[in-house]
Amino acid sequence: MKSSKYYLSPFSQTLSSLKKGDIVVLMKGITKRFPGVIANYKIDFDLRYGEIHALLGENGAGKTTLVSILYGIHQPDEGEIYVYGKRVHFRSPRDAIRMGIGMVHQHPRLIDTLTVAENIALSLKDAPFINPVPNVEELIKEYSEKYGLKVDPKAKVWQLSAGEKQRVAILRTLISGAKILILDEPTTSLSPPERNDLFEAMKALVEEGASIIFISHKLKEVLGISDRITVLRKGRKVGTVSAEESSPELLIKMMLGESKPMSIGLGLGKAKDQLHKVGHKVGKKILEVHNLYVLGDRGEVAVKGVSFEVREGEIFGIVGVPGNGQRELVEAIVGLRKALKGVIRISGVDITNKGPLAVINMGVAYIPEDRIKYGLVLDLTIAENLILKDYRRPPFSGRIMLNTSYISKWCLDLMRRYDIKTPDINTPVKYLSGGNLQRVILAREFSHNPKLIIAFRPTYGLDVAATEYVQKLLLQEKQRGAAILLISEDLDEIIELSDRIAVMFEGKFMDIVPAGRADAERLGLMMMGVRFHEEDKDTCGKSL
Amino acid sequence: MKKIRIRVERVYEVPLWLRIVIPIIAILVALSIIAIIFLIQGINPIIAYAEIFHDAFLTTYGIKFNVVKLIPLLLCSLGLSVAFKANVWNIGAEGQLLMGAIAATWIALFKLKGYPSYIVIPAMYVLGFIFGALWALIPALLKAKFEVNEIITTLMMNYIAMKLVLFLIYGPWRGTTTWKYPITDEFPAEAQLPLIPGTLIHWPSLLIALILVPVIYLFLKRTKIGYEISVFGLNPNAARYAGINKTKVLVIVMLISGGLAGIAGVGEVAGIHHRLRYPSSISSGYGYTAIITTWLAKLNPLLLLPTTFFFGGLLVGGDVIKIDLRLPSSVVYLFNGLILTSLVSSDILLRYRIRLLVVGEEDDKCHS
Ligand SMILES: Nc1ncnc2c1ncn2[C@@H]1O[C@H](COP(=O)(O)OP(=O)(O)O)[C@@H](O)[C@H]1O
Ligand SMILES: [Mg+2]
Repeated sequence: MKSSKYYLSPFSQTLSSLKKGDIVVLMKGITKRFPGVIANYKIDFDLRYGEIHALLGENGAGKTTLVSILYGIHQPDEGEIYVYGKRVHFRSPRDAIRMGIGMVHQHPRLIDTLTVAENIALSLKDAPFINPVPNVEELIKEYSEKYGLKVDPKAKVWQLSAGEKQRVAILRTLISGAKILILDEPTTSLSPPERNDLFEAMKALVEEGASIIFISHKLKEVLGISDRITVLRKGRKVGTVSAEESSPELLIKMMLGESKPMSIGLGLGKAKDQLHKVGHKVGKKILEVHNLYVLGDRGEVAVKGVSFEVREGEIFGIVGVPGNGQRELVEAIVGLRKALKGVIRISGVDITNKGPLAVINMGVAYIPEDRIKYGLVLDLTIAENLILKDYRRPPFSGRIMLNTSYISKWCLDLMRRYDIKTPDINTPVKYLSGGNLQRVILAREFSHNPKLIIAFRPTYGLDVAATEYVQKLLLQEKQRGAAILLISEDLDEIIELSDRIAVMFEGKFMDIVPAGRADAERLGLMMMGVRFHEEDKDTCGKSL
Repeated sequence: MKKIRIRVERVYEVPLWLRIVIPIIAILVALSIIAIIFLIQGINPIIAYAEIFHDAFLTTYGIKFNVVKLIPLLLCSLGLSVAFKANVWNIGAEGQLLMGAIAATWIALFKLKGYPSYIVIPAMYVLGFIFGALWALIPALLKAKFEVNEIITTLMMNYIAMKLVLFLIYGPWRGTTTWKYPITDEFPAEAQLPLIPGTLIHWPSLLIALILVPVIYLFLKRTKIGYEISVFGLNPNAARYAGINKTKVLVIVMLISGGLAGIAGVGEVAGIHHRLRYPSSISSGYGYTAIITTWLAKLNPLLLLPTTFFFGGLLVGGDVIKIDLRLPSSVVYLFNGLILTSLVSSDILLRYRIRLLVVGEEDDKCHS
């Protein structure tokens, strides 16, 4: 393999003598405390050669912390770590990388203004000093073909979708020669086909002698791909089971504890079912989009003549593989991106290209796809994040000053109503877990009965309980009479929640179907560009 | 064969005590580098520092001067703390200060000559604020409309302001009673700021600065626009999402920042020099030193009082260096530069760690 020129693992010898089942990583009695929380408590964990070992647990269970310790980002307060049988004390990720450990973070850290190849070249200290990029481009092509992780090495990172960034991060680790791979929730930003590609890649990797720690909170995935599963709950290890001897019911019980009702989990809970069954009385048109064209970041036409309307008391779902114009469509509606052509009306008022403030003032709630980037200011407190859209108006503020006493009262009330947990009301929100972060956004957006809700991948990256909670809230809002535009790549979620479903492919709607007539398989094919108008001819927008 | 490698790596957890100790060490490092210069000049640095410290902080004479220097530092720093909070790097306080000085001179010698001081002095402050603010507005608009980097534009505007002062004192405003020296005539008595008797402390400027400390603090913490500034500074994407107007934030922070530097300029010419003169005589780099004091205070207006007092003392120490130790005053600039450099690098040291590694043969092979 061409790559071996640059990247010879220091452990090639150790590795060649390893057999399937040998322990490559052993963590014993790991304890890690952060201010106000015990993120890990006396956790034992081992990874065997050639296995995919899943770490499963709710948000905040301590999964990321545990692997960050293995990767040298954090140092454990107590406990021992052995890699290839040798006791190690990693002081930084570089120590871990030297031992052949690679980690792909939940939010990949890449430099936006550089190309894919440049980003990867940066992380390779053994890349040729002069003109490294063409060599790296070759390598990227080789690896991405080999493992089916498609990216354009020449694209700038800021132009990539979340899924593409994830792929770049995985490639980067692979190219750096990692043999022990940590994937922290790698599937959250991937569409179903992309996810399957990733799983294929993971299988190919373990075939070649890699060992993988795979973090997820999606049961189906974990059951489908892993050899063993370790479940964490509230910083403690619940147990390790092999995939054969486990079942969704068992894992849910382990994740959530015995006390939680079994209805939480794969399907919708009872309460949600009831909410859903209430016949929906659709009312006035709230959102109207007519023949909308929007440009993407690369200057291409990303949305090509989309028209639809959302009425009071209905959920209009848009499903599609990420990168087919959904982001541009949403950003145009909420005023963050200019529309090229077309009209957007909210309650009959033309708000096309009027900017975000005009949309906020129309009483629109927007749950952004990228919570960290748009939805929150991580260094500010919960209260400061909760008033992000309301600070301008009374009673939150007068003409000049913020009304801090009202704000903190209101904030405490929302924290109670939306069950937001924090050690201290003045902690910056960056210390909250993912589920709590989403609750902060939901509390802010739903607190004053919006008439239009735009929910862009609202359950992305959330665990079972948090997903359940968000979906229930959306249904409640619908019942209250809000018009809801739901955009997601999760077909199950769309089918479960929506009243009408549009499939978006390459900037256009393939079709709009009522939920009653929705057929998951057909919708899945439409997401891939297969048209059904000319029934038998099987014309494909893309070859399958 | 064994080799030594140097490795820089990221530190993810910084304990609190380190965050306090490291800046102090940084200042000590700068002090020790200057000590070498003292040594080369045959001066015992310990005695020299003791003398500087004593003169600047322990004598009434020193403290009086210290406060004189604190006034422009505090005014500039208050403005900078607003701009820096928005993540807008205004390094043009020096030029904005000079524009304030020009405004004061124009009022004093030309526009309102002969008017009583209760008209002239407020007019000088107001116009000084406006001139400084307008000078800062140009980079603000360039950034808002064309994304031009404000660090470069504000720095460039400093040079333009300096040349403008030079043009005025060599050209149209050169004094008629100054034996052709490149300075303007002296301000009439009505345009000279009142002093605290026995000192050079022009108390109206000091009063403005001291009142502004809590005002700016509350402005940033408790007002709507202060909130917008924080959000914009910490996450511009979220600011856009929340409908916060970028141009408005940029313009407001730069107007405040430039305006306060302009007021500092009024104080210097109307309170101390009583005429417009060489830029380097009007300001001994207050606009630049204010960057350091603001930074050391972590953009907190309340903490500006100790940091500007400390640096005021260092500037007085500079006079000691000049007069008592007979070293060129540029040593002071050198010192300022060293402090800023070591503070900035110490911040990087806080986040990264340098390690020396002895690499054995086996390791070596794998990396070649
Ligand atoms: N750097 C940190 N500082 C303080 N608290 C943290 C830090 N990282 C994680 N935590 C806290 O530790 C707990 C476990 O978090 P994490 O390991 O990210 O969970 P998971 O990955 O399972 O969602 C959470 O309560 C989180 O808020
Ligand atoms: Mg995590």
